[in-house]
Formats: sequence, structure tokens, C-alpha cells
Amino acid sequence: MSMTNFLVTGVGGQGTLLAADIIAQVGLAQGLDAKKSEVHGMAQRGGVVVSHVRWGEKVHSPLIALGTADFLIGQEVVEGGRFLHYLKPGGVLLLSSETLPPPSLTLSKMEYPPAQKVIDAARQITDRIIFIAAPQLAEELGNRRVANTILLGALSAQMPEVDPKFWLDVIVRRVPQKVVEVNRKAFELGRKMGQEIAP
Amino acid sequence: MEKALLSGNEAIARGAWEAGAEVAAAYPGTPSTEILQAFATFDDVYAEWSANEKVALDVAVGAAYAGKRALAAMKHVGLNVASEVLFYSSYTGINAGLVIVTADDPGMHSSQNEQDNRNYARFAKVPMLEPSDSQEAKDFTILAYELSEEYDTPVLIRSTTRVSHAKSVVTLGERTVHPQRKYERNPAKYVMIPSNARGRHPVIEERIRKLREWAETAEINRIAWGDRKLGVISAGAAYNYAREVFPNASFLKLGMAWPLPERLIREFAAGVEQLIVVEELDPFIEDWVRRLGIQVRGKDIFPMVGEFTLDVVRESAEKAGLLPPSGRKPAPPLADLPPRPPVMCAGCGHRDVFWILRKLKVVVNSDIGCYSLAVLPPLDTTDTIGCMGASIGVASGMTIAGLGKFRGRPRRNVAVIGDSTFFHTGLPALASAVYNQTPVTVIVLDNRNTGMTGHQGNPASGDTLQGRPGKRIDIAEVARAMGVEYVATVESRDWPALEKAIREALDFPGPAVVVSHDICVFREHYTREPYRIIEDACNGCTLCFRIGCPAIMKSKVIDVESGRPKAYIDPAQCVGCGQCYDVCARQAIEPGAPIEFNL
Ligand SMILES: Cc1ncc(C[n+]2csc(CCOP(=O)(O)OP(=O)(O)O)c2C)c(N)n1
Ligand code: SF4
Ligand code: SF4
Repeated sequence: MSMTNFLVTGVGGQGTLLAADIIAQVGLAQGLDAKKSEVHGMAQRGGVVVSHVRWGEKVHSPLIALGTADFLIGQEVVEGGRFLHYLKPGGVLLLSSETLPPPSLTLSKMEYPPAQKVIDAARQITDRIIFIAAPQLAEELGNRRVANTILLGALSAQMPEVDPKFWLDVIVRRVPQKVVEVNRKAFELGRKMGQEIAP
Repeated sequence: MEKALLSGNEAIARGAWEAGAEVAAAYPGTPSTEILQAFATFDDVYAEWSANEKVALDVAVGAAYAGKRALAAMKHVGLNVASEVLFYSSYTGINAGLVIVTADDPGMHSSQNEQDNRNYARFAKVPMLEPSDSQEAKDFTILAYELSEEYDTPVLIRSTTRVSHAKSVVTLGERTVHPQRKYERNPAKYVMIPSNARGRHPVIEERIRKLREWAETAEINRIAWGDRKLGVISAGAAYNYAREVFPNASFLKLGMAWPLPERLIREFAAGVEQLIVVEELDPFIEDWVRRLGIQVRGKDIFPMVGEFTLDVVRESAEKAGLLPPSGRKPAPPLADLPPRPPVMCAGCGHRDVFWILRKLKVVVNSDIGCYSLAVLPPLDTTDTIGCMGASIGVASGMTIAGLGKFRGRPRRNVAVIGDSTFFHTGLPALASAVYNQTPVTVIVLDNRNTGMTGHQGNPASGDTLQGRPGKRIDIAEVARAMGVEYVATVESRDWPALEKAIREALDFPGPAVVVSHDICVFREHYTREPYRIIEDACNGCTLCFRIGCPAIMKSKVIDVESGRPKAYIDPAQCVGCGQCYDVCARQAIEPGAPIEFNL
């Protein structure tokens, strides 16, 4: 039974749950079954947010297993790294260059790691790695909040079998009316980025 | 028919609405909170946040007695608080349907324990349904109302985090409206004095026997024959993992957690070579199967502790030889990444109080809410947390027993409790302290909302779930009315006043209450622009790091003399509270400009 597994990871406030919702709905739009699961609660207090999404003919478990994510979408460098072990060998890592140093670092000797550390570790698992300067690109588009849409655009580029119109339809439905246009642009830009760096 | 991607919680709310429920009450608690939030948005319903789960369930019982279908929802530990109601309503039965949802939290994502509330169904002799996904969550809720009325009993729905907070596709239906059932006075049924209760107990035993009979043929308990070598009995979230881990096995999926069928289980057991039970937490089904004299394996294979995942179920099965070893070795997690524990928000007023308590070096008997986070570094100022409302009683006990000396002086303790928790279960403990004249110090952190679970209204805020006019209750007035003779009200940002009040309260010979108005940044705003580090004046002393504000971080600039990084304030996160300004001993922090409000 073929199954597509996604793991979306980020920090409270980054819009992780919405991004995962969109992915699940794109699965449904294609006539597939889809499930998603996450833990709410601590998200607002700057904690880690992880959302599992699965598409398939029939999905039972709402959680994916370790080492089986076809796509790991890290909305933040450390949180992408923290869940690398979910990535399937040969799977796709989409990592945003966003860095949000946890407050615990201020009183510790530990340093926020360079993105390269995460990328190097990912290379042990796959060479399909896309590192995107999503926050800067979003800033250039005039809205920091579209960083996630850029990532979704890049994700869509890595799934050529899915008509991009499914993605756009869901995104347009899920974002506020007045930012539809900038999200559309962000998605197209993400698609380009995802293609350019694609293997 | 219309389909929607719903969480288990949204689906339960939808099911209740479709079943014609009209009254719902709850107290928030992860992972149950969204049930009432979703239900409250439907037309033609009444929904409220009650002061605690016991009250919520009483309200739902009352509405059901009055003849309207009713719903109560709570997290697993909430049912402990409401358990008295569960037991009496089991005896009285209902009039119109009553459904009680308990959302359990295996793995303790946001709870103080991982109790298995299936035990309550058996304990209180009420039926319990256990959905595995959102469609079942909706369907089972509708079915629960039918069972409730047919068998004259409250019906429990047990969800868990991975059902409540997982989204899957649900086919939506229409709402069925039921005319209100007539309430008829019937003391023998509704007045549980011993003589009446004695009459009810046999009725309850007979009811559970009939329900067990129903369970034998109920559609929600179903066998799917596959390979007969292995038979798996499973339920709830665990079923989803078991189905994927044992794709070819025979399955008995139990949608009803209690009462459990007998003949159906015997039939299934007889049809397979080896029988296992895959269930999260307690061996609830396994014990029952074993009691039937059937050979079965369960908790010797799968853990009793923690949440199941695909990996947990698969690895356990491989270890027990139920599956050939896959040889699959997932990579270990990347080491040496900085941890990211949850923290109080930038500008949270609770930080003020714990900063002072830290300075006073008192033992802190705390409670459950955002302020629980003060136990983590850098504040690290909490000695005990048990369950909601425990702070005042535990602090009273410690005060009565005494704590010996600390640096030559008597060691002292305080209770710290949030406003929502104060009204939840703090009140009786305070009454007890006043009555017995226990000289306990109680600090109420009044941020006028239930912060931890997502900023719901409560009696201290006066905001109601559906926006109906409510009334705010003043905690200081409550304390005075209860006979507390030392009551101080302070703004948490006023550190000298806060410290003075706490010191006076500690010295007061009777029970003393300090109500600290703590700002929750989700509810109130400060009136200054972001603060700024004056780089020339900052020498990297780390003092401002110690309040634990997430907006303050190490700068890339190193102080030449001390060799330490200077401080940096992230303007995107700073809310202008001024806590860092108050701790800085070198005047190295500059307040933001006052914000002009153009009204
Ligand atoms: C019996 C029970 N019900 C519900 C909860 C969930 N819960 C955790 S903290 C909290 C309330 C916190 O409100 P408050 O005391 O006002 O503190 P705040 O979070 O606003 O600081 C709730 C409802 C729980 N832990 N136990
Ligand atoms: S949500 Fe409110 S009470 Fe909770 S930590 Fe943030 S500011 Fe404090
Ligand atoms: S003023 Fe200081 S303590 Fe308050 S939010 Fe800003 S940086 Fe944090």
C-alpha cells in the first residue's frame, strides 16, 4: 500500500499547524485519504511543534514511523535537525534558513548550531536537500508570514505528480483574503526554488 | 454528502450537535478543550465554561434531567474532579441523553499523570465508547446519545491525544432536533438518599448486564478475519498502529470499551491460533479476556507506560517474535542540539512574582497553570506541584507542620495559585484555612484568564464562552468575604509593593492573601515600545538573562573587559514590560517610548 509521509516541524508561532493542514487537504483534494496529528498545548509558549501528515489509499495511523518521512519540512534550522531521524533514506529535506535561538541558550555554554551541521547530518540520509532562505525571500515579497508558503511551493516542486493547482486552491482557501496575492507569489517563488535546487 | 477534515474533538462536537444536544458544559484541559470551543459555535446551543469539571458535569446532568440532550467534556484528570457526579448520575440515570467525554493523555504531553480512564467506566458501571478516528468520534457520539436514552444511563466517550488532536475525514450529517422530554418528579430515581439508592443499585447491575448483551452484537465491536495464525484485539488509537503493524492478522476491534462482550471474544479467540491485545496504558481488555479463562498476551509484549506509536508497537512485536526482525535501524537523533522547553511569554506577569519569591527564598507550593513553568531554569523557584487546587492545602499542611530553619530563621512557605485554578478548587482550601485559622500565605496570580489552555474566560475574567454577558468576580473581595484578615492587591510590575505585601502576608498571624494582578500578554498590553540594551553600558553580567525572558538573548558583541557577550533584546519579541530594566544594576537598558494610543 503506497503511503506518502510528511513531517512538518517548527517553533510555536511559526504556523506549523496551518502548513500541515494545507498538506493534508491537498491529499484529500486528489481523492486520497489523509490524516494528520500533532500535539497542541505548549505551542504558544515557544515550544517545539511537530505535525505528522500522511496521504494514502487508506491511512490508519495518524503518526509516521521513524525513518519513513518522504518529506521533512523544517521551518527552523534546529527543529529541522531535531527530527532528521524521521527522514527516509533518499527522502527530501526542505529546510528553511530561519534561526530562532531557544531562550535556554542565554545561560548555557551551548551555541546555536550552524545550518551546515544539520545539512551535513542530513547528507548521511539523503542527497535531496533543499535549503531555502525563506525568511529573506518572504521579506522581499513584503510579508514575513509567507515563508511557509514558499516552503510549500518548494515541496510542490518536489512532487511533480501532483498538479500545482491543488496546492494553490487549498492555499487560497486557507489564507486571509487580503494576503491571497502575496501567497500566490510566494508559492510560485517557492516552486522555482524547489525546482532549481532539485537533483 | 459533505465531507470535512476534522479533529477528533471537532468531530465529537459535531456528533453532539447532529444528535441534537442543546446544552454543553466543560472546564478546559488539554487535549479536550476544543470540544466545547467547537460546540459553542453551532446554532441553537448553550455552551459554558464552568468553574471546574464537577460543576460542568452537574450542569450537564441537570440539563439532561430537565429533558435536553447534554454534553460534558474534560481531560482525563478532570474526571477525577467530576467523579462524584459520574457515580451518582450512574445511579439516577438520566432523562434526555447525557454524554461525558474524557480525553486521556498517554505520554503526558500536557498532564501530570497518564491515568487510563477506561477504569472509570467499569468503576462507575456506565458504558464507554472508544473511537479510533474522527469519523468514529462523530458516529460514536451520536450512538452514545441513543444508548444513553435507551438504557437510561450517562455514556462515556474516551478519546486520547492522538484521537482528539488528529485530523481525518468525516462525512457530515444534519442535525436531528428532539423535542424536550418532560421532567417528571421522581424522588425514588433522582433523590439519592440511602433508601432510594439501595433501590437503584440492582437497576444499575441489570443495566450493565443488558449493555453487555448489546455489546455482543454491536456493530462497533467487529471481527475482521484475516490470517488465523494471529488474532489481535485492539481499540482506540492503538488500533490504528496495530492495523499497520499486523496488516494480515485477524482483528477484533472493540468500539465499546465497557462493558466488554464475552461470547464475541470467545468466538474470536477460538478462531485464531495466538491471541494478543494491543492497548495503550492499562491491561484493561487483557484482564477481562484472561478472566474469561482465555490464553492471551498483551502487557508482556507492549508497554504499560507512555504513548504508543508505530515504532513502539512494531519494535515490541519484533522483540516478542510476532514479526520477523525488519533489520530496519532508524538513524539516531542528531546529538547536541539546544533543547527548546516551553517558557513563559515575554512580558508574562507571573515572572514578576517568581522573581520576588526567588529573592525571598521561601518554599513555593505552586499549582497548575502557566506559572508551573517557573520550576524550570532560570527561575527554578517551585517546590511542589500536584493537581489543580493542591497549592493552598499543601501549603497549609506545610505551615502547620513547620519547615525547620533556614540560615538561622524559620523556613517559610507560600501557596501560589492562578485565578482560574483558585475558582476551580482553591476556594474550599482557603475556606478551610480561614476556618482553622492556619497562618498560610496565599498568592493568587490573577491574570484574568485561563492562560495555559489557550486563554479561556473564567470567573475572574467574566468573559463567557459564547459571549453572553457574564460577571467578573473580584478575588480580593472573595477573600475578605471569606474572613481573610490580611488581603493585599498589587500590580505585579510594582516590585516594591509586591515584595512588601508578600513579606507582610508571611508575617501575618492568620491566613493571608496577596492578589497579584499579573498581565497575560494575550489579554492585556503594555504601553511601551520595545526596550533596548545600551551597548556601551552593558558588560554582559547576565543578570537580565536570569529572569528568563525569551526576548533577551546573547549579543554577538563581546564585552572587552569581561570577555562575555553583551545582552541583546529582540525587538520583534519584546513587549515593553520593563522587567529587564528593573533587574539591570548598570542602567544598561533603555525603556521604549510610550506608545501613543490613537483612540
Ligand atoms: C483537573 C484539571 N483540569 C484541567 C487541567 C488543565 N489545566 C492546566 S492549567 C489550567 C488552568 C490554568 O489557569 P490559571 O490557574 O488561571 O493560570 P494561567 O495559566 O492563566 O497562568 C488548566 C485548566 C488540569 N491540569 N487539571
Ligand atoms: S499565556 Fe499568558 S499567563 Fe501564560 S505564559 Fe504567556 S503571558 Fe503568561
Ligand atoms: S522589556 Fe525586557 S523583560 Fe520585558 S519583554 Fe522586553 S526584553 Fe523582555
